[in-house]
Amino acid sequence: MSAIARGNLIARGSESSTVTLAHGGGGRLTQQLIEERFLPRFRNATLDALLDSALISAHGRLAFTTDGFVVRPIFFPGGDIGRLAVCGVVNDLASVGAEPLWLAASFILEEGLPFDQLDRVLDSMAATAREAGIVLVAGDTKVVERGAGDHIYIVTSAIGEPRLDPPPQPRLIRPGDAVLVSGFLGDHGIAVLQAREHFFDELPVVSDCAPLWPLVRGLAEAGVIPHALRDPTRGGLATVIAELSSACGLAFSLDEDTIPVRGPVQAACEILGLDPLYLANEGKLVVVLPEASAEQALETLRSCPLGRDACRIGVVLEDTSGLALLRSRIGGTRILESLSGEQLPRIC
Amino acid sequence: MFSPLERQWLLEEMGEGPPSRYMEVCGTHTVAIARSGLKKVLPPTVRLISGPGCPVCVTDQQDIDTAIALAHEKGVLLATFGDMARVPGTNGSLAQAKAEGADVRILYSPFEALRLANENPGREAVFLSVGFETTAPLIAAVVKEAARLERRNLSFLILHKLLPPVMKALLGDLPAMAGSDPSLPATRGRPSLDGFLMPGHVCAILGVEPFRFLGERYRLPGVVAGFEADDILLALWMLQRQRRQGRAEMEIAYRRAVREEGNRTAQHLMEEVFQPVEACWRGIGTVPHSGLALRQAYSAYDARIRFPLQVEPAPDPPGCACGEVLRGLLSPPQCPLFGRACTPQSPVGPCMVSSEGSCAASYRYERICR
Repeated sequence: MSAIARGNLIARGSESSTVTLAHGGGGRLTQQLIEERFLPRFRNATLDALLDSALISAHGRLAFTTDGFVVRPIFFPGGDIGRLAVCGVVNDLASVGAEPLWLAASFILEEGLPFDQLDRVLDSMAATAREAGIVLVAGDTKVVERGAGDHIYIVTSAIGEPRLDPPPQPRLIRPGDAVLVSGFLGDHGIAVLQAREHFFDELPVVSDCAPLWPLVRGLAEAGVIPHALRDPTRGGLATVIAELSSACGLAFSLDEDTIPVRGPVQAACEILGLDPLYLANEGKLVVVLPEASAEQALETLRSCPLGRDACRIGVVLEDTSGLALLRSRIGGTRILESLSGEQLPRIC
Repeated sequence: MFSPLERQWLLEEMGEGPPSRYMEVCGTHTVAIARSGLKKVLPPTVRLISGPGCPVCVTDQQDIDTAIALAHEKGVLLATFGDMARVPGTNGSLAQAKAEGADVRILYSPFEALRLANENPGREAVFLSVGFETTAPLIAAVVKEAARLERRNLSFLILHKLLPPVMKALLGDLPAMAGSDPSLPATRGRPSLDGFLMPGHVCAILGVEPFRFLGERYRLPGVVAGFEADDILLALWMLQRQRRQGRAEMEIAYRRAVREEGNRTAQHLMEEVFQPVEACWRGIGTVPHSGLALRQAYSAYDARIRFPLQVEPAPDPPGCACGEVLRGLLSPPQCPLFGRACTPQSPVGPCMVSSEGSCAASYRYERICR
């Protein structure tokens, strides 16, 4: 590329209010993008060193997870793709009882993405990371041609240190264990659907998107050792319970009457033919633990704002069928299956 | 909502009635019954059988093949409701056609078809419409709007079905259907029934008049039911009460939505835009006056006229008993493929695909009840 052409490109790019392909070129504009928009928001010594890899210290066992985020639209009531990208991995760590420590994020930006939208996403990400106590130590940006992406995709990876011993996992589940959930189900799925399709003139539902580590830390500090923890994201509560029961080989029995679903979510589901038990959540925790510590766990969860509406929804049975069962209001019983296919496209 | 005590009383009363088999002819009822585990709490005297109540399930394979062929036509953008995309045709489904490059869009509302046509002026938008009387007035409104706006690049593949004619066909002696597997039990004859749990949504449109023949001709009672488990309980109790009292009438247990005369505005809209035609039902065969087609005045919007495709008649997949299940002759678990070759993850017949299909509902919610 000639010096003049390059000069034009740079001039055009720096005046632009949107992401251009040149921002992904790896040259000065990429550097400018990172220095002006990313670094100031996530400032910390490890990141600021700008090495090719972050150097971090660890001892003992680590928890490590990764997740990609492609939600449409990127802003929705109660959250945005940035908050989601942090909560997603933080909650994966929390589900194995690990305290979130380090975060890496890759951004795939679509040419034409307005900078003010990118800034809002980054602000939200930075705020959520602070809230969750996780530090962004590595990152990358790429730009794809208009039409080859959808505004912005984010891939995050996170490392944490296990704080529960043994780490919660399905094989620890025993007959008689209590099943708790930290609050109302289905808010995220309906909030995103409403933001995308505008089915209703107004719908008082916002995404529950939140980092769950404070809830798990609360349990750990109270000396509660859960047998299993899960965050019921895609596929909802039903899928999580079906997976847990199948993984531990014991039947679960849930009581439909006790499962918390907000009125507007229930109503929207009835109108649209959706099942709230299969709707995604991004800030709820399912806890399976010995009956003896269930009351203390409920009290601990409810003392945290995120777990204010925590309640008991079921029990693990002696039955080794590995089925997830739901007792309906009229006393009938049905099986909860994992979600097959998709109930809603691109919710996270 | 009933209290547990009221519910218990209803159930005990029903138990004292005569042994009865009632058919529901609405997919939403099928799902509500399965999801609430109703069959497990009913007294042994009351049995429920699913009929041809799922619009996706009754859509003929040849019609699905036509839709897939249309989707592959150059410049065509085919729009439909979600469940239709996964129904297998002779060679793949609309979802597969989409993966192969056909432009298939999933809509929540038929009015979105108008927007699609508007946004894609160089393309031919086709709306594939399935359903019973419940959704037909809505489609009629969209067709009228398309005509008013002179939306020339939008047409409709209308596969709508009408319930009263197929119920008549079901109760008459249907001949064994072409494509039915003779090795299966009960491929002919009619289901033995003592009454109908009437579809609340369809009756909200049609009212109860078109269904009076059930009592007058076949001595079968019918009660229009809502969609909560308690709505269905109440309707079943009313059916048992009719049987005990020797009555065979149309009653409404869903007064909050259904009037005797139905919704006149919706009926007029349907009559203005559509005319009844012979239609082919999967597994049931051809039934006179049981389908809808656009009237002459709207023929410019008829996809079958705009795209005169020739699609071969297609036999049902071998071993698939969807036809017998739809006619209430077999329960889903009695199909040899149920839960083995045919599951919601890899469905063979449409009853396993649609969320309202009786096989899918039975597989998802009732497997342990067998």
